[in-house]
Amino acid sequence: MTDVVFENVTKVFPGPMVAVDDLSLEVGDGEFLILVGPSGCGKSTALRMVAGLEKISSGKIVVGGEVINDIPPKDRDIAMVFQNYALYPHMTVEKNLGFALRQRKTPKDELEQKVHSMSELLGLEQLMKRRPGQLSGGQRQRVAMGRALVREPRVFLLDEPLSNLDAKLRVQMRAELKKLHQRLGITTIYVTHDQVEAMTLGDRIAVLSAGRLQQLGAPQDVYDHPANVFVAGFIGSPPMNLLRGSASGGLIEAGDLRFPRDRVPDGDVVVGIRPEGLQPVGDDDPGPGFEVHVGVVEPLGDEVLVHGTVAARDAGVRIEPEEATLLAEMSDRAAMTVRLEPQMRPREGSTMHLRVEPATVHLFDAASGDAI
Amino acid sequence: MRTQPDVRAVGTILAATDRSNLKGETGMVDRPRAKWLPFSPWHLLLMPVAIIMLVPLLWVLMTSLETLAQTQHFPPILWPGSFQWSNYPRAWSSVPFGTWFINTTIVTVAVVVSNLLFCSLAAYGFARIRFFGKSVAYFFLLATLMIPVQVVIIPTFLIVKQMHLINTLGALIVPNLANVFGIFLLTQFFRTLPIELEEAARIDGASRLSVLFRIVLPLSLPALATLAVIQFLWTWNDFLWPLVTIYNEKVFTVQLGLMSFQGSHVNDTNLLMAGNVMSMLPMLILFIAAQRYFVRGIATQGLKG
Repeated sequence: MTDVVFENVTKVFPGPMVAVDDLSLEVGDGEFLILVGPSGCGKSTALRMVAGLEKISSGKIVVGGEVINDIPPKDRDIAMVFQNYALYPHMTVEKNLGFALRQRKTPKDELEQKVHSMSELLGLEQLMKRRPGQLSGGQRQRVAMGRALVREPRVFLLDEPLSNLDAKLRVQMRAELKKLHQRLGITTIYVTHDQVEAMTLGDRIAVLSAGRLQQLGAPQDVYDHPANVFVAGFIGSPPMNLLRGSASGGLIEAGDLRFPRDRVPDGDVVVGIRPEGLQPVGDDDPGPGFEVHVGVVEPLGDEVLVHGTVAARDAGVRIEPEEATLLAEMSDRAAMTVRLEPQMRPREGSTMHLRVEPATVHLFDAASGDAI
Repeated sequence: MRTQPDVRAVGTILAATDRSNLKGETGMVDRPRAKWLPFSPWHLLLMPVAIIMLVPLLWVLMTSLETLAQTQHFPPILWPGSFQWSNYPRAWSSVPFGTWFINTTIVTVAVVVSNLLFCSLAAYGFARIRFFGKSVAYFFLLATLMIPVQVVIIPTFLIVKQMHLINTLGALIVPNLANVFGIFLLTQFFRTLPIELEEAARIDGASRLSVLFRIVLPLSLPALATLAVIQFLWTWNDFLWPLVTIYNEKVFTVQLGLMSFQGSHVNDTNLLMAGNVMSMLPMLILFIAAQRYFVRGIATQGLKG
């Protein structure tokens, strides 16, 4: 039983800079957990603390019932794949795969057998005598995973392992990673800032921002029910449209959009609409909706993305402060992204009438950012 | 204890190491070349300089093949006509050259090996391990490079005498087991190695020492080869310190022994030069053998690509 428990874990770097702030979460035995968040949110630091590469400032990490705070990396029985793979350039693939086993004084027969079966599992048989410098990006990636998995670690850590691959290879490796996890069942913590990886790979995802855990849950739950404005704006690609609005007497208003919603306290709110939550309708449609000025149309084959503006005020929570200021100046229009069926092809510069299904609209408290 | 570090040699070797970093995986340097010349225009400047630097060497070689009368002729004879190859066996047999060669080899090998080991250990500590007072210790260590060797030659002599090493090869080895320049050179090199490789090794179960010997040192061959060549050069050519600590002919080094060809009244210049040429050969061989390591910069090949 190898679960990983973070108990009020904090990491403060000299400066002082709080990288991870009071993080508490539990990764179950055999679970695939994704740590996701923007750059600098502390997700890699959290992973490095599990590996033993960073000291824990306060709190504790428990692996398989054992507090590992003071155990050196080599004795933790945890394997890690680095973003840049970190293969030993002076060793062949075979030696790279067997390095950890040699360090553990594994008998030669057993070592050879394990390296061989790992090379078969990852399709590396033909590359065993090559050095990392003679491998392609995808091959290096496989060797890095093989090197980590060959010693059958208790916990498998991956730090943005697919970020250096091209798009096609990334899709392929993503599927392979999932299959590998299903086959081996090792407790896995996977750090990424990629939306698709976060949604497709994990049993659960933990969204981090500024060192704090924002939400923990199954990917679809997090997507459907974001706990706050940050999660709403971060999870989903393209992200949720967030507008400034107000609630008064059970009526929600955001620009042209007006719809009733029960049990919402009066005051300022942030209105969140997913790009797929808008449906094109005729101009005479009586339901709640927007007039969208079509800016850019992106046909992606299986869908069409429309980037335009609506008569509303942008919540300005996903963007850099300078951009927020700029937007505030032109505050009568807010950016809006819409996902349409592939056969739809609105003209750039035209106006579309889009209907919003009120039940799909997310509401957040404007002051705290929490979901209402 | 170094008499005179050969700054030019150090510069040349370090430049060679630096150039290796400019090369890609193919080992080729992409450099625009003037179309009107089959070589870089820089060579027009470098060739005369190379010739000027070669002249003394050629003169030594020619003098070693002249008769004694020809060496004393003025103006100097640069082409003797008939070559006195017998000067070499004569120089070898008229003094215990073989013993001196063995002595110098023992001292040089011991100093080079110990420097590679101890400088690596110290440099790894300074480059990667966090400990109290590291920056201050490193600063003072580097500051000792500014102290001229003449200032410390007497205290060092007294220490070596206390250790009863005078007139033994130990007097030439013990004070030179490690040197600050080597620590500095390797520290700077180790800092350029990708830290992820060491972190990966630590997670894979390697101890600090194991990381040093299995990961860091194999990736530092260019720097280690540089240090080895510089140390070899310094130790093999050292004259002042052996002169101070050794007076028994049986423990002479080659450089000290060459003095035998210079008396108060007679100079066997041709034999002296033959001895000089023979003493230079090991360095030439080492330089040629170690050169391939200077152009290998593979430390980053295991990373993304």
